[in-house]
Amino acid sequence: MGAPRGIRSPCSRGEPMVAFIVRRLLQSVLVMLTVALVGFALFTYVGDPVNNMVGQDTSLADRERLREELGLNDPFPVQFARFVVNAAQADFGISYRHGRPVEDLLIERAPATLELSFAAGLFALVVGVPMGIYTALNRHGWLSKAFLTVSLIGISLPTFLIGILLILVFSVWLGWLPSFGRGETVQIGWWSTGLLTRDGLVALILPAITLGLFQMTLIMRLVRAEMLEVLRTDYIKFARARGLSARAINFGHALKNTLVPVITITGLQLGSVIAFAIITETVFQWPGMGLLFIQAIEFVDIPVMAAYLVLVAFLFVLINLIVDILYFVVDPRLRVQGGGAGL
Amino acid sequence: MTEPGEIPLEAPREAPREAPLEAPGTRLGRLRATAWRAWDSDILYSFLRSPVTILAAVVALTLVAASLAAPMIAPTNPFALETVDLMAAFTPPVWMEGGSWDYVLGTDDQGRDLLSAILYGMRISLFVGVASVLFAMVLGVGLGLLAGYAGGWIDGLLMRIADVQISFPAILIALLIDGVARGLLPREVHHEVAIWVIIFAIGAPGWVQYARTVRGSTMVEKNREYVMAAHIMGVHPVVIALRHVLPNAMGPVLVIATIHLAIAVITEATLSFLGVGLPPTEPSLGTLIRIGNDFLFSGEWWITLFPGVALVLLVLSVNLLGDWLRDALNPKLR
Repeated sequence: MGAPRGIRSPCSRGEPMVAFIVRRLLQSVLVMLTVALVGFALFTYVGDPVNNMVGQDTSLADRERLREELGLNDPFPVQFARFVVNAAQADFGISYRHGRPVEDLLIERAPATLELSFAAGLFALVVGVPMGIYTALNRHGWLSKAFLTVSLIGISLPTFLIGILLILVFSVWLGWLPSFGRGETVQIGWWSTGLLTRDGLVALILPAITLGLFQMTLIMRLVRAEMLEVLRTDYIKFARARGLSARAINFGHALKNTLVPVITITGLQLGSVIAFAIITETVFQWPGMGLLFIQAIEFVDIPVMAAYLVLVAFLFVLINLIVDILYFVVDPRLRVQGGGAGL
Repeated sequence: MTEPGEIPLEAPREAPREAPLEAPGTRLGRLRATAWRAWDSDILYSFLRSPVTILAAVVALTLVAASLAAPMIAPTNPFALETVDLMAAFTPPVWMEGGSWDYVLGTDDQGRDLLSAILYGMRISLFVGVASVLFAMVLGVGLGLLAGYAGGWIDGLLMRIADVQISFPAILIALLIDGVARGLLPREVHHEVAIWVIIFAIGAPGWVQYARTVRGSTMVEKNREYVMAAHIMGVHPVVIALRHVLPNAMGPVLVIATIHLAIAVITEATLSFLGVGLPPTEPSLGTLIRIGNDFLFSGEWWITLFPGVALVLLVLSVNLLGDWLRDALNPKLR
């Protein structure tokens, strides 16, 4: 790829793009159906739903009636179809443990997880990208070496340990920051936010750093590697020969071409952030969906497990789809091949 | 792997041809040839050139040796209830006030010596890590060979599954497998087999990277002349795949396995920390950290910190070794 290339508009080859999107959509639907099948299998084969709903002294006849009413005696495809239809309407039944509809529980918990993930992602980008640029431009500086060492340690430290260490230093020893919960939250409609109070913002700091640290090191290493790669290319040499300023070369030419993979990976990592939020939420007792899921596993609360699984899978599929399509739009080479292979 | 043809100018390259001359065909002769090849290799050279790698290797070997020898070198056996003194609970490390040389790193809430608990815990962490890596490796290499060698719809199907699976984080899949096992197995049975469930849960999602790498090398190798020659000689395809193709694909597999080991140890620690891993009767490093986490606020920081430090040292040294191995086996990166 060269900087002064003739850039075609993304829509100049509209047809293969539509075909590509349709194919990816079909693939996504297939993945979702597979995940739904796993979720449904959980419901059906792990534990007996009737046993979980009735008391010890319910007669066999009553159980059988309930079984019939719930449709548990229907053939497999009918039951599965019902599960999929219900899931598509966000109806996952009643939590065994909380005795409330699962979708209510999830909606209640979603803002906490989303705010935490967003804050973590922001932290990772705002700190990771400049560090990556710096280490690429000053390859042999001592600060670069310090950054790289820190990043290696960051990758080797498990998320939960980072959280514990941060709590130990900033909450227990220094007493600066709170170590659990969301602090004071404000209710806006169904969304409860901690971003509007000082208390809530302070409570967000440690969890967000914990969750974002791994992504930060990843982004930093990625930006560094991509920058080094780009800086070796001919068009950068040419730009130097033309006498462009270092600033124009580094930021105008090199960084711009670095950002495509960075955006892709960051997008893909959004899913992992939500998954790793499970750990951070456990360490900080953050009342989000991840904590709900962990407790569901401990108590074998199948409806919550299945719902969380389907929800997270949906997020993943959605993110992957968007990233793939964006990639297709941004990188003309993929269009020439007819949009195959993927990454 | 380094191919001799790539560096024709280097003089010592002739040595391996000399060595077998001394005692052709004997075991000693072959051993000497192997030893000479190892001594002469680029890998050893790059190893000796990197102090960080040497340090990492020393740390990793020390930790592995210490955990293997735990029953012999640990001051006490943390699992033997008769040696545990409840009165000694929450003893701080030796250099703090109230510490004692009986418990160098202090004790936990049940009076177990922390140093011994860490040694035994590391044993369990390493066992789970190595076992799940081996499981993932066998599964992934097998499926990768199959996909690369068979091609066609088998290849297509396996790689689509891999595509889908790689987009989900391994920890999520491990959590799910663990959750299902908890639902399917009665509580007592689950306690018994928890360690195998964890190994499966950590290993199963790991096959993708091995499979992709081996598939790639297999597709390259299977069109080479030596494979065709083997075909013509009537060697069974399975034998060709295992004895001829696989050895040429093993370099990258080793690199992945090393880095995977670090990830597997972290994943196990995380699961145990979340309380869905190993039962407290067999505490791994993650379980110890989980126990200590309850006492963080009452000032007994050492119960958390020391197992944490042990975990980080282990993972960091393995990661460093993996990084070095990757660079050493891939001359293009140098």
